[in-house]
Amino acid sequence: MDSKVDPRFGRAAYFAIIDTETMDFSAIENESAAAAGGAGISSAKVVIDAGAEAVLTGNCGPNAERTLSAANAKLYIGATGTVAEAVELFKSGKLTEAAGPNVQPRFGMEE
Amino acid sequence: MPDSFVIAVASGKGGTGKTTIATNLAHYVAQLGQKVQYLDCDVEEPNGHIFLKPQIDVSQKATVDIPQVDLAKCTGCGKCGEICQYSAIVCVKQNVLVFEQLCHSCGGCWLVCPADAIEAMPLDIGEIEFGKAGNVDFAHGKLRIGYVRTPSLIKEVKKHIKEDYLAIVDVPPGTSCPVVESLKGTNFVLLVTEPTPFGLNDLKLAVALVREMNLPFAVVINRDGVGNDEVEKYCRTESIDIALKLPDDRRIAEAYSSGEMIVDILSKYKEQFSKVYKYLESVKTKHNEKRRLRIRRKNNS
Repeated sequence: MDSKVDPRFGRAAYFAIIDTETMDFSAIENESAAAAGGAGISSAKVVIDAGAEAVLTGNCGPNAERTLSAANAKLYIGATGTVAEAVELFKSGKLTEAAGPNVQPRFGMEE
Repeated sequence: MPDSFVIAVASGKGGTGKTTIATNLAHYVAQLGQKVQYLDCDVEEPNGHIFLKPQIDVSQKATVDIPQVDLAKCTGCGKCGEICQYSAIVCVKQNVLVFEQLCHSCGGCWLVCPADAIEAMPLDIGEIEFGKAGNVDFAHGKLRIGYVRTPSLIKEVKKHIKEDYLAIVDVPPGTSCPVVESLKGTNFVLLVTEPTPFGLNDLKLAVALVREMNLPFAVVINRDGVGNDEVEKYCRTESIDIALKLPDDRRIAEAYSSGEMIVDILSKYKEQFSKVYKYLESVKTKHNEKRRLRIRRKNNS
């Protein structure tokens, strides 16, 4: 919970799956963090299958956004600081729901 | 056995003169009265037509298959997404999404679907144009903008290689997938380079690629006289033939910049292309001998 939120969704090293009521959490390693392509899509699939109803992240591209919205998962962009801080921002309603993707495909590869 | 022979003109570095060599060679061979075909496989930016100026007679669309999902039949098992190596199809909560730009048209998803809910649907990726440039048989692929299916279109272009022709394949620059696709199945590769450190570096990459693909090859040095002699030293050390050295001549650049053929307006370079052609003929003879030997051995065993 004290780890920093990755500014990239599809290329993040881990996903923290958090129950915001109890704050119970588990971490899933992102196997597609270094994938050649389609990382956003497979990341979205992983978190949806893990039962996530909302995703908090720094930035999110169009393919991941389309996959999340196909599963009715909400997307919150602009999360910063630690995982715990991001969850606090979310719970206090300070993170607004994204209307769409905020970056282009392959954004997470531009380093 | 048909008497076709396919030559690829490739280079690690871009802008070394692949198209100059390929078009002039095709033009020269046609002037000799030989059957020759030029195929521009640099489908992202074909430019051989600027020099050969073909009259295009036929144009045909090129397509690849992408999945189309019938959600009424889909059981949401997710097997399509599991087999896809590119995340081009994904199943989330009874919903199947297709990302056509990521699809490589392998067909895995519609083969693996137990509910028969996925059908192959053609996607337009570009066109192939055919024509005549004098006596050169001309073909090139033009990729549809925004549809990055370069190797697929190259494969389609190469299906039109004619038997009993000397086919010259103009390859895109570099050493990536489009290059590999263009080189596949060719009989000989001419690697065009310039005698500079940059040219040498990228030549080495190209040599590594053609060696990996077990293709016989030789080097063409374009703009000979600029840079240094490191490329020649490298070729000597590696026992690589230098099939042609085209000098750094302002008049060649002028001909190029006005879309003219070197062999037409600078007759002294005709001899250079004649030498390359003779070299290729000897390579072809050797190639055919080997082929005959292989067939004989096969028949005897």
